[in-house]
Parts: sequence; C-alpha cells; structure tokens
Amino acid sequence: MNALPNATDAADDAPVVRAIDIARHFDVSPPWIDRVLRRGGRRLVRAVDGVSFEIGRGETFALVGESGCGKSTVARMLVGLERPDRGRVEFLGADLQAGSTAAARARRGRLQVIFQDPYASLDPRWRVGSIIGEPLRAAGLAPGAGATAERVAELLRQVGLSPADATKFPHQFSGGQRQRISIARALAARPQMLVCDEPTSALDVSVQAQVLNLLQDLQRDLRLTLLFISHNLGVVHHIAHRVGVMYLGRVVELAPRRRLFATPRHPYTRMLLDAIPDLEMSGRPRSPVSGEVPSALAPPPGCAFHPRCPHADARCRSEVPREIVEAGADGPAMVACHAVEERRIGVAAAAT
Amino acid sequence: MNPPLLQVNRLRVEFATRGGPLLALDDVSLSIDAGEILGVVGESGAGKSLTGAAVIGLIEPPGRIRGGEILLDGRRIDDLPPQEMRRLRGRRIGAIFQDPLTSLNPLYTVGRQLVETIRTHLPLGAAAARQRALDLLAATGIPSPSERYDHYPHQFSGGMRQRIVIALALAAEPSLLIADEPTTALDVSIQAQVIDLLRRLCREHGTAVMLVTHDMGVIAETADRIAVMYAGRIIEIGPAADVIHRPRHPYTVGLMGSIPRFDDGVARLAQIDGAMPRLDAIPTGCAFHPRCTRAVDRCRDERPELDGPGRDGNHAVACWVAS
Repeated sequence: MNALPNATDAADDAPVVRAIDIARHFDVSPPWIDRVLRRGGRRLVRAVDGVSFEIGRGETFALVGESGCGKSTVARMLVGLERPDRGRVEFLGADLQAGSTAAARARRGRLQVIFQDPYASLDPRWRVGSIIGEPLRAAGLAPGAGATAERVAELLRQVGLSPADATKFPHQFSGGQRQRISIARALAARPQMLVCDEPTSALDVSVQAQVLNLLQDLQRDLRLTLLFISHNLGVVHHIAHRVGVMYLGRVVELAPRRRLFATPRHPYTRMLLDAIPDLEMSGRPRSPVSGEVPSALAPPPGCAFHPRCPHADARCRSEVPREIVEAGADGPAMVACHAVEERRIGVAAAAT
Repeated sequence: MNPPLLQVNRLRVEFATRGGPLLALDDVSLSIDAGEILGVVGESGAGKSLTGAAVIGLIEPPGRIRGGEILLDGRRIDDLPPQEMRRLRGRRIGAIFQDPLTSLNPLYTVGRQLVETIRTHLPLGAAAARQRALDLLAATGIPSPSERYDHYPHQFSGGMRQRIVIALALAAEPSLLIADEPTTALDVSIQAQVIDLLRRLCREHGTAVMLVTHDMGVIAETADRIAVMYAGRIIEIGPAADVIHRPRHPYTVGLMGSIPRFDDGVARLAQIDGAMPRLDAIPTGCAFHPRCTRAVDRCRDERPELDGPGRDGNHAVACWVAS
C-alpha cells in the first residue's frame, strides 16, 4: 500500500511533501429518517482511496485523470482544505494538520494553492493591491504600509503585471491576467510549494501558454515544488517531471514523465494516451475506446478499470491489484495491474 | 461544379450598445460543401460561435445582422421570416451545443423528445417515428436503445447525453450540422468517441458540418478545412493539414506554437503577448498588429483581405507580411 517511488534527480535530499496512503470518503447517505423508513444503509463515495506519493524540492509532479477520479480531492487534502479519513500528509517533515502554534501556521503558509477559476477565487470588491497584500499582513511578512506596497509591486512585476495594477479591481482584468493575480497572491507568503488545481483549464490556449511559461520561470527562479492537477495530457507532458494517473480514487500508474508517455504500462494509461486528439493527423488507427468512468458510488469490485479493460480476467474482477514498484534509470515507477504483474501484457510503445 | 451547400458572404453582425454599435463579425465569408467538415477555430471573443449562431438564425438582440448574406443550397436564408426559419432549423440545419443539458428537456423522456422532433419535421406515423428514434439511438451508440428510450435525461451520463443531442440534431436528416464546442464539456475518452461518431455520420450521410471549437486537437482529427478567426474576422482559411503544419498568418503560427505537444525538446511554449482586443477597441488596419512581432507600417493603416478563396485546395491568408 505504501509504495513510495522516490523523487527524480530534479530534486534533492528530503521530499518537500509526502502523501501517505491518504483517503477521503464522503458520506452521501439519505437523511436519517429516510434510511430508517426505507431500510437503506449509509452510502459512501470513496473519492480518494489510498493514494501515496512524494514530491522533491523543485520538482513538478502531475496528477491526471478524468472527471471524478479524485485528483482535485487529493489537491484539497494536500493544502489542508479536506482532512484525510485515513493516512496523512507530511509537509517539510511534519504532519500538515498537526499543531496550532505560530511555527506550525507559518509552515503551512509555505504551501499555497492556485485554483482553476480565476473569476471565482478573487474577491470582486477588493483592489488587487489588497488581495495580494492580505497574505503579507496575515503572516506579518512586510510590516508597515510602505513595505507592503513595495512587496506588492515586486510581486506584480514578478508575474508580468504592472505595479500600477494594484489600484484596480479584478473585473478590470482578463482571465489570464486574473490567474496571474492569483499566482502573485500565492507567492506573497514566499511558499516552497504550489498546488495548482487545473490552473489553465479555463484559459484560451495562447493565454495558457503564457501562464505555463510563467509557472516554469517562477519554479526555476524560486525553486518551487509544484503539484499540478490537470485533465489535459498535453499540458502535463509539457510541465511535469513525474506523472501519476488516477482512476476512481486510486493512482493506477506513476512514472517519470518521459517513461509514462513513451512506454505506458497500465491499460487505462494506454487508453488515455490513445484518446488524445492528435495534431499530427497521422491517421493512426485508434484502439477503440469504450465505456465511461463508472460511478464512484458503486465502483466495480477488484480492479476498478476491469469493465473497460480489454485484458481483464477473473482475478481482475475480484482482487484489487497490488502496487508494483519497478526501478529504472530515471527513477522508480509504479503500476497497479494484474495483467502487467502476470506479464499478460508487455510494454507497448505509445501511439503518440 | 455544384454550388457549396452553405455559403456565407461578407457577413456583418453588430451589437447595439449605449456607446454605439459594436462590430462583432466583420465581412466574414466562408462556404461548406456537402459531406465536408469545416473547423472554425479561435479564442474567446473571436466570433466563432456568433458565426454559427448567425447561420442557424439564433442571433439574439441586441445583436443583429447588418450586412452580407447566408445561402443554403443557393437560397438566401438570413432574411427568412422567423416562422420559416424555425421550420428550416431542425429540418435542414441541425445544431449541437456544448452543454447537452441545455438542449434536453428534463421533464420528458428522451424517446418522447426524439419522436416529437421527428414528427415535427418528417411525415411519419407514431410507430414509424418510434422506430426511427430507436434507430437513431442505436446509430449514435446508446447501448440497449429500447430500454433507454423511456429514460429521462438525468439518467444518462454526460457523454451519453451528448449522443442523444446528436441523435436529436440528426433526427430529420439535416444537410448541415452546426456543432458548437460539442466535446468541450466531455472527458478525453468520451470526447474521442463523440469525434468518431461525428466523423462517421458525416461520411455516411453526406452531412456538411461546421465544427466550432477552440481545441486544435479536435479540429486536426476531424476537419477537412480550417478557418481561423481573430477579432471578428477570418484571418486564415485552407486545407486542415496546411493550416496546422504550414500556418501563414503570424497569429496562427503563434497559436500553433502555444499548444503543448507530445514531442520532447520544447522547453518553452511559444507565447503571444497581450490579449484579444475588446470589441470597442479593435485596432486599425490589421487587428492583430499590436501583438504581432512582424508588423510593419502598412499593418497599422490598411486592413488586409484574404488573398484567395480558401477552398478547393487554396490556402488563403489575410496578412500583408505573409502574402
């Protein structure tokens, strides 16, 4: 369960963050009285069901998957917006949730988050200067109005905006510029780590390129550690050092980026890579993609992917696959699949 | 040579505002042949959805058509009375939108909605209409259609709902289909299924498709020709492979370079600085010139026109520097 592939050479020594077998279950039971009258039981959605990974300093780790696979819930647990029902998150060597001392709060401040919708995550009644200055005040990082204004100007320049923008309101900016404001606000607390939950999904492709370039520049300059949540495999291929593929609350494959895209092991990863619309228009035959992600309310027994998997057999239908960790020149990789373990399917080059 | 199925000539659409009219579509001309898929791409605000809405006659006030003409099979349709346009919609022109839930009535079973659409447009009896509805559900890949016939929209998943919307759009075998971001709300594996479905239906029935999307990957896999829009104008149009692999307009070049690809060695994405201009501040000359790295004096003063018809293998561009 606790397979923890190490970080790649992009990072040094101790990991910045470790997720250790974290799980989050949501109770979606009908009200108590209905349960009694209809003799129904409780119903749990296992949004995340035992996920482990670690991310090294200066590294970008991406989680990909389709809607409802639990990737955003992992992000929310990592920044402390959800408490894991099982397992724990360690940040800078200590339990993320533990402690209410000033030191513990300051440590949690080193972990910041950027959300998908820059329209919803900025208060429309606050000026940009106050939005970015708030975390400075809260953490006491730049005491005094003058110092705060100076730091806000510096942050705005850092994300490619003008210091004069501090007096404007969020509605005066385009979507891409708003995402820059979100990034400036996240950087205000001098974080070591940014959790980015679909940060470019609401943006046009040319604006997405601006934001991705900005994130890469900031990572290089500030040695930021990034957890990057996305459903867009092209974006993930571009920005990540290592990639985890999630399906119905579990990581089914985790590998260094190049290896995952060149030689995907898990049938679900192969299917995802095969399904990406291709700019090259090679006219390659698609392996037929069939079915949809089942409901998390009633996940299939055994391997959750078995109803859609061309390689499924009796064991896949009954037994949850073990996480198999394999070493490699570019770092270890993990795959959870009976067919791979039994060598029923080999390593196939990806179609892309 | 047959005339194209759809022909749009110098279409202008304006929005009346307190500050005066805003020109949202400026001299847009394009055509689609039967059985052809034309991809219309561009970023938010470029006018691509508005072009689709104009063709199906669904421009809402304060927007209105101020010039140009739209011809279907050589017959003008932009000046039809609303009653006649409504008959045309559904019968000759089908439409698919991004969010399948807005196109389906939550209170009726999908079977009833299909039969109603079929009988509105085709002279079929109840039993024949039901059979046609079942055939449509099967053709769009709904498993066990006869069971699903009596289900309500909320009982289907997102991908299945989009299939039902496609079935509805195709109910009267329209000769033209306007698909506005049909796969944007769907997961990538479902998206691939819907693209395959659209392509197959288009080939089998000779339906012409206007595919409006911002997703270049979807366009690349689906379209025969591509029109690129910027600030209310078509700035480049030509065969899909040419526009994608040999783009001519500096904006298209930048757009293609900004897409993350699956080849290694690209450390940094190409980036077009700035943003699409607002409708009330469209720059003079070529609207792209303030963001263009190759702009010369002429680009600031004089508006470039497309340098070719952009069809039958021609790859046209509206740019002083590229042509």
